[in-house]
Amino acid sequence: MDEAMTTERIKFYQTGTFTAGNRLLDEATRTVQSRLDRTNSLNSGHRACQGCGEALGARYALDAAMRASHNQLIAVNATGCLEVFSSPYPESAWQIPWMHSLFGNAPAVASGIAAALRAKRRDDVTVIAQGGDGATVDIGFGCLSGMFERNDDVLYLCYDNEAYMNTGIQRSGATPPFARTNTTQAVGEHPGNPIGNGKNVPRIALAHGIPYVATASVADLHDLERKVTKAIGVRGARYIHVHVPCPLGWGSDPAHTMKVARLAVESGLFPLFEAEFGKIICSTPIRRKVPVERYLELQTRFKHLFGPPQDTEALAAIQAMADDNIAVYGLME
Amino acid sequence: MRMQIEGSQAVADAIALCQPEVIAAYPISPQTHIVERLSRKTKQGHIGRCQFLNVESEFAALSVLIGASASGARTYTATSSQGLLFMAEAVYNAAGLGLPIVMTIANRAIGAPINIWNDHSDSMALRDAEWIQLFAEDNQDAVDLHIQAFRLAESLSCPVMVCMDGYVLTHAYEPVDVPDAVQVNAYLPPYDPVQVLDPERPVSIGAMVGPEAFTEVKYFSHQQHLRALEVMPELVEAFEQHFQRRSGGLCSAYRMEDADIAVIAMGSVIGTIKDAVDELRNTGVRVGCVKIGCYRPFPKFQVSALLEKTTRVIVVEKDLAVGMGGIVSADVQSALQGRQISVHTVIAGLGGRSISTSSLKHMILEARAERLTEPYFLDLNKTVIEQELARRRDIRRAGPVAEHMLQTMNVIGTKVS
Repeated sequence: MDEAMTTERIKFYQTGTFTAGNRLLDEATRTVQSRLDRTNSLNSGHRACQGCGEALGARYALDAAMRASHNQLIAVNATGCLEVFSSPYPESAWQIPWMHSLFGNAPAVASGIAAALRAKRRDDVTVIAQGGDGATVDIGFGCLSGMFERNDDVLYLCYDNEAYMNTGIQRSGATPPFARTNTTQAVGEHPGNPIGNGKNVPRIALAHGIPYVATASVADLHDLERKVTKAIGVRGARYIHVHVPCPLGWGSDPAHTMKVARLAVESGLFPLFEAEFGKIICSTPIRRKVPVERYLELQTRFKHLFGPPQDTEALAAIQAMADDNIAVYGLME
Repeated sequence: MRMQIEGSQAVADAIALCQPEVIAAYPISPQTHIVERLSRKTKQGHIGRCQFLNVESEFAALSVLIGASASGARTYTATSSQGLLFMAEAVYNAAGLGLPIVMTIANRAIGAPINIWNDHSDSMALRDAEWIQLFAEDNQDAVDLHIQAFRLAESLSCPVMVCMDGYVLTHAYEPVDVPDAVQVNAYLPPYDPVQVLDPERPVSIGAMVGPEAFTEVKYFSHQQHLRALEVMPELVEAFEQHFQRRSGGLCSAYRMEDADIAVIAMGSVIGTIKDAVDELRNTGVRVGCVKIGCYRPFPKFQVSALLEKTTRVIVVEKDLAVGMGGIVSADVQSALQGRQISVHTVIAGLGGRSISTSSLKHMILEARAERLTEPYFLDLNKTVIEQELARRRDIRRAGPVAEHMLQTMNVIGTKVS
């Protein structure tokens, strides 16, 4: 045999994805999604768009939560895409006890469920609240902060697709700089969303000193499931912020949802980290850094940055954000 | 046990006896004394394993109860005024979801101008939010209505507001018979929800309903409310059997047997109206009083029946539909459709202005003499308004109306008499 052949390293991931194939893993380390007995908490047949990152993110997270909680789960949903596409009576796609009340009150409704369970001595049931970025960082933010501050026994999942998609792509407090939405259009002197606006809710959650905060990406299934499973094992207020591309709102190919989400992580624009009681305890390293353009060019919401003429200043500003994340969260160490 | 006690404290004791499992509250005057006492009783373990949540807003308070009620817990909160408006979205939502939450409204005016005193503007603003609305005449009534409210709410799966006049009742000390646990337990069965979030039997609660069935869902709700008109008298009978006193009810009459004139009102002003009726009766005026105890659902037929022999109705209401006039009087007029009865609207007691027996008597006699303007504002200071209107004609940047009116009236500091 040739010398070179014998030293070839076996890759435990698909080319270019770093995703370890389940077939190559032992039974215990395979994902919940790969298991035949996954609960399909959000079942098929719902009305989400092709390539919807939120639909996948919700099913990944909730199936992992169901497994970790021994199927003892109650979920609250804020108004938004997830609520609308999953639930119209009599075609609910939910296989778990599920409640929708309003746009801005999901954390408080969940606090109420947790309180009722405590009054009834049911400490075996986990309460999850979930919403999009609009429900979480904007309209429901007061209730979210209240739930955190009281350390209510609720796991809150934010599926962040960076704008109000259900109402037709309007800007939210989680919309990134320069992104085009229908209320931050690509016209005028500084096209798209102004730089310097917006808020970082994972950091704000962390500042509440709650037991567990994490960010996750729909493109990293192992990492997402691990974080949800870990959160289920913790009592008190917990927060996981999941990055989920929206092909419709971002102007990306529905077939590229995973690719786009992965590039957000690999560019450093969406850092993956975990925090306990207000302190960051670890971050998920970037294995092959990519320039932000690779992420941005797949989305028409950033088309105006590529010109002609190319907006080199804006692209440099976005790259600086990514580099700053890499430094702050130690993503290349 | 009969005792001299503040209205809020008595109501808190009654709530505690009803053994709610989740209470969520946000401070706003004048309801705070109720939830303060409940927080103490909860902490002392007097309300079983009840959870008391100090939340960040009234919107959150009711939202917490929405979740708790859907989990099968008996729930309670109290609010007033701006607080009720701040939770308005959740008020409609709780009713739409059919959750039997009980909430005290310590009635208070709505700003601007900010005003903490009593009128009925707050609960009136939410009168069509699918909640049953009961109005207490005095603090005994307030205590008893709360106990009835839980049974009513839970039997119909429909939320109930118990409205009691802020300060006038909430902060008044008067003799009240606060029942004991044995009596309340015998009257109020445990909460048996019609829908519950349960991992063993998953349901979706609060999903979307389109035009295919929305009308039917709302009609069902309307029918449930109308059923309350049948259920409530039964609850009153049962209450009387258990507690040996008559409380609550849809509406009731005072000295109406041969009355030409009926004064209709809700809440604590009923006591003052009864005094005015007694004094006028002594001078030969055939006047009586009708109390509306249940405003939503509105007991149209029951009110109409009490006005059988009446030719003139005066509705005294502590609210104002600006640009229109009366709110309660519009409902009364609707109840009297097709009958030859004059209905007068009297706006009184806004923002805590006291309603005196002498003003009421004068107003009733003016109505009898056909001299009331419509709507009639009791004790309105017309000079101040004329001066302000003149000033507005002369000066474009006239500044805040309210401040100038108080200057005109030479009022320094607020006097509530």
